[in-house]
Amino acid sequence: MPIQKDSPERPAKDSPASAGEFRVIGVPRRRVDARAKVTGQTRFADDIFLPRIAHCKLLRSPHPHARIRKIDTSRALAHPGVYLVLTGKDLPIEYGILPVSQDEQALCLDHVRHVGDPIAAVIAREELTAFEALDLIDVDYEILATISDPEEALATPEPRIHEYGEEGNIHKRVALEFGDVEKSFAEADEIFEDIFFYQGSTHLPIEQHAAVAIKDPEGKLTIWSSTQTPHYLHRALAKVLQMPPAHIRVSATPNGGGFGGKSDPFNHEIVVAKAALLLDRPVKICLTREEVFYCHRGRHPVLMKFKTGVKKDGAITGMHLQTLIDGGGYGSYGVASTFYTGALQTTTYHIPRYRFEGCRTFTNKPPCGPKRGHGTVQPRFGQEVQLDKIAEKLKIDPADLRLRIVESPNTVTANYLRLSTVNLSECIRRVVKTSDWKEKFRKLPEGRGVGLACSAYLTGAGLAIYWNKMPQSGVQLKLDRGGGVAIFCGATEIGQGSDDVLAGIVAEVLGIDTFDIRLFTGDTDLGPVDLGSYSSRVTIMAGNAALQAAERARELLAEAVAIRLEVPKERLRFAEKSVFDSAAPEKRVPFHEAVCLAEARFGTIGTVGSYTPPKSPALYKGGGVGPSPTYSYTAAVIEVAVNPLTGWITVPKIWIAHDIGRPLNPPLVRGQVEGSVYMGLGEALMEEQEFRRLPKKLSHALVHKFPSMLEYKSPTSLDMPEVVTELVEEPDPRGPFGAKEVGQGPLLPIMPAVANAVYDAIGVRIDEVPITPEKIVKALAEKRAGRDPRYGPSHFPHVDWPEALRVPPPWEGGDGNAVNDVPRHSKPRPEKEKVLSS
Amino acid sequence: MITLPVASQKTSHVRMTLNGEQVDVSFAPYKTLLEVLREDLGHTGTKHGCELGECGACAVLLDGKPVLSCLVLGVECDSRNVLTVEGLGLEGTLHPLQDAFADLGAAQCGYCTPAILVTAKSLLDQHPHATRDQIRAALSGVLCRCTGYLQIFEAVESAMVKIAQQNGSAR
Repeated sequence: MPIQKDSPERPAKDSPASAGEFRVIGVPRRRVDARAKVTGQTRFADDIFLPRIAHCKLLRSPHPHARIRKIDTSRALAHPGVYLVLTGKDLPIEYGILPVSQDEQALCLDHVRHVGDPIAAVIAREELTAFEALDLIDVDYEILATISDPEEALATPEPRIHEYGEEGNIHKRVALEFGDVEKSFAEADEIFEDIFFYQGSTHLPIEQHAAVAIKDPEGKLTIWSSTQTPHYLHRALAKVLQMPPAHIRVSATPNGGGFGGKSDPFNHEIVVAKAALLLDRPVKICLTREEVFYCHRGRHPVLMKFKTGVKKDGAITGMHLQTLIDGGGYGSYGVASTFYTGALQTTTYHIPRYRFEGCRTFTNKPPCGPKRGHGTVQPRFGQEVQLDKIAEKLKIDPADLRLRIVESPNTVTANYLRLSTVNLSECIRRVVKTSDWKEKFRKLPEGRGVGLACSAYLTGAGLAIYWNKMPQSGVQLKLDRGGGVAIFCGATEIGQGSDDVLAGIVAEVLGIDTFDIRLFTGDTDLGPVDLGSYSSRVTIMAGNAALQAAERARELLAEAVAIRLEVPKERLRFAEKSVFDSAAPEKRVPFHEAVCLAEARFGTIGTVGSYTPPKSPALYKGGGVGPSPTYSYTAAVIEVAVNPLTGWITVPKIWIAHDIGRPLNPPLVRGQVEGSVYMGLGEALMEEQEFRRLPKKLSHALVHKFPSMLEYKSPTSLDMPEVVTELVEEPDPRGPFGAKEVGQGPLLPIMPAVANAVYDAIGVRIDEVPITPEKIVKALAEKRAGRDPRYGPSHFPHVDWPEALRVPPPWEGGDGNAVNDVPRHSKPRPEKEKVLSS
Repeated sequence: MITLPVASQKTSHVRMTLNGEQVDVSFAPYKTLLEVLREDLGHTGTKHGCELGECGACAVLLDGKPVLSCLVLGVECDSRNVLTVEGLGLEGTLHPLQDAFADLGAAQCGYCTPAILVTAKSLLDQHPHATRDQIRAALSGVLCRCTGYLQIFEAVESAMVKIAQQNGSAR
């Protein structure tokens, strides 16, 4: 399929598609870093061993909520083999991923907010020695009342977990209204009100977080760390260590899985950096698995209330969504997460009027943050399960209902998200066909069922974490006389194949092999800034930057080769490691000679590319969360078998179709789809970041129920069902070669599709995730007793919502601004920038 | 002056065969095979995800059988034969399993890959015609958080065919 020619970023004549078929893009290829991975040579952070290296361990709070009265480190410091002990006094400056929530200290100065909050660090010659010395640190705590969940947080304003935030233990409340939703309910034939709960879960990367810091020979700081966001870590280090950023180098080592869990700047990274500077020797930390559970930043537990009005034919007249979010002990990405719980409802189905209210509270648990699908996963579960209920009540097949209401491409939604290509209908049709849906839905024997659900996801967040006008990704290329090409870019390889995306795009444009390319990525000293591997942004942002840099390099080479071959440069093709005349392919020069010709003509050959997402029409406050250059779409059908006695669920097969735009490297795309299905299935059926209170006679403290991989259940190879993956290809004009995201979107439909399938199988609604045998048995008991055959929350606590910002939707004359707020463009910016630079 | 901590005292010594090569190594007696491999023998190809025997990332072959190297003490390995991912390929060529994993998307982040590779090798050594269910069962002790396992199964099956062809042509 040809690339659409209306890309605003790129004139059509330069479109790579005009060169004909692709030799690299879309061809199944060995990824560039595959050899390193299968030989065990990929150097993860903990694989770095340096001469004179010292090891760091952190003392963590055993209490969920306490004041620190006194810390005495003298015994630890006297322990043989201990070099240094640090406490909060040594690193007092607060930091955090978002400018609006700079609420973390590398080591807690006087207030601990969850079990596992770090208080002190020991740096010693041996890791075991550092570990032993932790026991020799004496801490005097004043125990404070524990806030264990959002309802308790709302009811318990004191003691405050943080002094900032809205009030009491409420971190953030938001309210937005796009059109008069009450009026839309009055126009509806049916109103549906449902409450859902989505339990928290954690990323569980197999690699534990690790970092190594050195004071380099020039006296500057270098840190290697398993981080998804070296640029944001760079900023946090400069702030906390009070060092010029130019004296700090952050090198993201390949991550052994991230999934969002390595996207915050972490206390342990700051601690080893400080220790290396003080000791003038390399300092390493590798977290234990238990500590990884305390780092968390995982899926927020969210209670949701959906009120949706529909016409008899299924058309949605309006939706009102409320979310109550358990943030844990710190801000992390939480303000963004809060907005995300209300952002993407409008991207899948046409919702003419929409109201959203969200509230995030602090609790004394490890902080929640971004996990694959960040903030959009929980409400997607509620929305898709409710749609299943709506379809049943209206007696419309759930697939047909969705096909009637799918949002159109190139639309601006009620909340001002600009959609590009939308192939959700095709995704639905594909899974309906491949799964034989029409023959199965409501037709399988008791105990077996099928469920369908859909979703959308961002292809890169439209705005950076901190406000700025610079590109969100940059790429530099260096072409050398031997024909080698080096790519320098801040993009971070977390296993998803970000290096291969860059190499594939550059190789395609320059007509070379991906293995002729060297990559220098994820390093703040070596490459231009890329914001990091989050929000499914690397392919579109770093990819477009790489495309621009490669096209500029091709232009230089073409000009020099055209003179040598005496052909118009428009006729030149770049392929097979050569540059040749497309009219007479025997007239050619090898690629390395083309570089030499260009270098002789223009001097050293290096080009740059950058990418800035298009401006969003959402001008209202809060409109910065949700916009994306384009959105991916997914539909899934899941078959389940449920044992009515034990409630045990098995999933024999899943059919999934994903609107990818164009797959750059098909096996990697399929891997992202299946990996998302896998992770979604874990969340649907078993994964829980759960807490319990110790008995009153003990401390009554709130502790993690099972901070271990044995007890935190995740699917094994025995649990993975057969998956039929289909890719729907319509190149998106905004993506490099038309590519959209794939790393997160395919996770979203899995949980609701399982819930819908369970209903089809045994006629009970599990309005809660995970869907465990215990809940099924309870719901079946309700059904047998003649009560509502359902398991799930029944009550949404009272929240004092602020007055909603009223933003009329585009079709009601809106311009993207709130009518009851100062128009955004006339607001002064300096105040915000001051916060950022502080 | 800092006195020598107990943890530094390398009082245990073993001689073992590591990837076909005889090695002598001294280490502190509490160390696991995982720690001896990574810290004392510089073989960092073997990974760790929990050091409690839960994730399987540290699997190596001990006398041909997969074991979790975090649960084996270094002192148990005297006169034993240890195979890690570094010993999988031969003289600069990749093992068919490594080739298949690289080509078929079976390694994403690559962190569990060394453990899965050696475990799969052990399976194929014993069952050159393993079924999908045997592969599933054999690999169930190693958690992979990236792939959803399916491309791993396919890579093992693809390697199995290639190994059978190689053995056929060698005869």
